[in-house]
Amino acid sequence: MLKLLRIELFKIFKRPRTYIAFGAIAAVVFLIQIALKFDGKSYVDLLMSNLSGSFEFSDEFKGKLLNGYLICFVILNTLLIQMPLLVALISGDSIAGEANMGTLRLSLTKPVSRTQYMLVKFAASIIYTLALLIWMAALALFGSMIIFGTNDMVVLRSEGIEQMKNFDVLWRYFAAFGYAAVALTTVSALSFLLSVFSENSIGPIIATMSIVIVFTILSEMNIPIYDETIKPYLFTSHMVAWKGFFYVKADAEGTTINGSIENLPAVLRSLGILVIYIILFFSSAVWVFKKKDILT
Amino acid sequence: MMFNLLYPVKRIFFIVGVFVSLLFSVSLKAQTAEELIAKVKAKLEKVNDYQANGKMKTNVIFIKAPIANVKVYYKKPNKLRINNEGGISFIPKGSMNINLNNIFVNTTGFDIIDIGKEEKTNLRIIKLLPKDENSDVVLSTVYIDEGQSLIKKAKTTTKENGTYELEMNYGKYADYGLADKVVFSFNTKDYKLPKGITFDYDDGSKKQENPDKLKNKKGKVEIVYSAYVINKGVSDTVFK
Repeated sequence: MLKLLRIELFKIFKRPRTYIAFGAIAAVVFLIQIALKFDGKSYVDLLMSNLSGSFEFSDEFKGKLLNGYLICFVILNTLLIQMPLLVALISGDSIAGEANMGTLRLSLTKPVSRTQYMLVKFAASIIYTLALLIWMAALALFGSMIIFGTNDMVVLRSEGIEQMKNFDVLWRYFAAFGYAAVALTTVSALSFLLSVFSENSIGPIIATMSIVIVFTILSEMNIPIYDETIKPYLFTSHMVAWKGFFYVKADAEGTTINGSIENLPAVLRSLGILVIYIILFFSSAVWVFKKKDILT
Repeated sequence: MMFNLLYPVKRIFFIVGVFVSLLFSVSLKAQTAEELIAKVKAKLEKVNDYQANGKMKTNVIFIKAPIANVKVYYKKPNKLRINNEGGISFIPKGSMNINLNNIFVNTTGFDIIDIGKEEKTNLRIIKLLPKDENSDVVLSTVYIDEGQSLIKKAKTTTKENGTYELEMNYGKYADYGLADKVVFSFNTKDYKLPKGITFDYDDGSKKQENPDKLKNKKGKVEIVYSAYVINKGVSDTVFK
C-alpha cells in the first residue's frame, strides 16, 4: 500500500498543473502582502472607520496593528474561500482522471482491493491538501511575520473586537491551521466522492465548487428560517470555525483572558461534524466504487 | 441686678458676633471657589513635565482587550501622550483630559461658579464655564477635596465628543496633584460591521437580544500608575 501511495504521490507531483495551486497561493499571498505593505494604512482606516468617532488612531497605532498576525488573518479570510477550488483540482481528478485516461481498469489489476485502492487515492489527496496548507502557512504566516513583524493581534467581528497579546497568538495559528486541514479534507472528500461518479475530472471539480459556493452563501446569509434548519448541517458553516481559536474569553470588565478560547466546545463540535462528513463522503465513495462496473 | 444690667450688652455682642461671623463665612465662601481653584492650579503647576509607567485597562462593551503596560508622557502646557510600547492599545478620543492641567490651561477664560458641597463626599463642586463661545468645551465641573486641594472628580462636556468623566485616587504624588489611579469615562459610538466583511464564525450560541447593547454606551479606561518621573525633561519628539 505504501508503494502504491508513493506512486500516487509521484503522479500528483509530477503533473505541472499540481503546481498551479501552489503558484496561485503564492501570487495571492504576495499581492496582499505588497498591497498592505504600501497602502496598509488606508486599509486600517477603512476597517476602523466605525471606531474613529470614539478612538484616536495614530500612524504608530496603524503600523502596530498591521503586523504579521493580522496580515495572515486577512489572507486566510480571503484564501480559505478559494482554497476548496485548488483542493478539488486534485481530488476531483483522482478517480475521474484515471477513468478519463483509461487507466482505471489497469490500475485495479494490481493485487490490492478496491477499498485499499480508494484509501491510497484519498490519502494522496489529503497529503496534497496538507502540502498546500503548509505552503500557505509558510507564506502567509511566517512570510508576513518576517515582512511586518509581530505585535498584539486584533480581530474584527461584526459585533465586537478581540485583542490578543503577542505571545498568545502563535499557538492559535497552529490550532487554526490544524483545523483548516480538516476543513479542506472535507472538501477533498466531497470532490473525491463526486469523482467516482464521473469519467471526466471537470465535472467533479465544477460540481464541488458549485456545492461549496451555494453552501457558503447559505452559511453567510442571515435569514432566520435557515439559521436553525439548514445552516447547522452545512459543512461550510463549520469550515470557518478555525476563527473560533481567535475569539477569546474576557472577564466581566472586558479584559482578555490569555490562552482562552471563547467557545471551545462549539469549535470541537464543528470539528466533529466535519470529521463525520469526511467519513460519510469517503465511505460513500468506497461503497459506490466497489459496486461500480469499471469499463475504462 | 448686675446680671440684668449686663444682659443687653451681651445680647448686642451676640447679635454683632453672629452678624460678623455670617459676613465672614459668606465672604470666605465667595473667595474660596477662586482661591481653591488657584490652590489646585498652583499645585498642578509645580509639574512642568512627567513620564509615568502604568497599567491600562480598557472597558468598552464591544472591545475585549488585555491589560496593557503603558507609558504616559506629559509636557506643559497641554501635551499628553499614552504609549503602549509593547503592544496595541485603543486610546479614546479626549484622553488628553486625563491631564488635569488641561482644564486650567486658560483659567482667565472661564467663569467660575461655586455650587457648594456634595453631601455624600463633602467634595466642593465648582463649575467652569468657558467665556470663549467657540471653545469645544461647553462646561467643566470639578469636585475638589478642599483639605488637600486635589481634584477628585471632573466632568467635561464638549460640543463634538460628548461628556468625559474623570475619577482620581491619590497617593505618593498628591503633592504634585498627580493621581495614582485615573478612571476616564467617555461616550462610545455604535459599533457594527457587516458579516459579509468579517465572515464571522457562528458558534450557534444564543446571543442576548439587546439591540441597544452596542449603541452609545459609556466606555472606561483605567490607568494605575506605578511610578512618575517628574520635572526631569521630556523630549518633544515623544508627542509626534
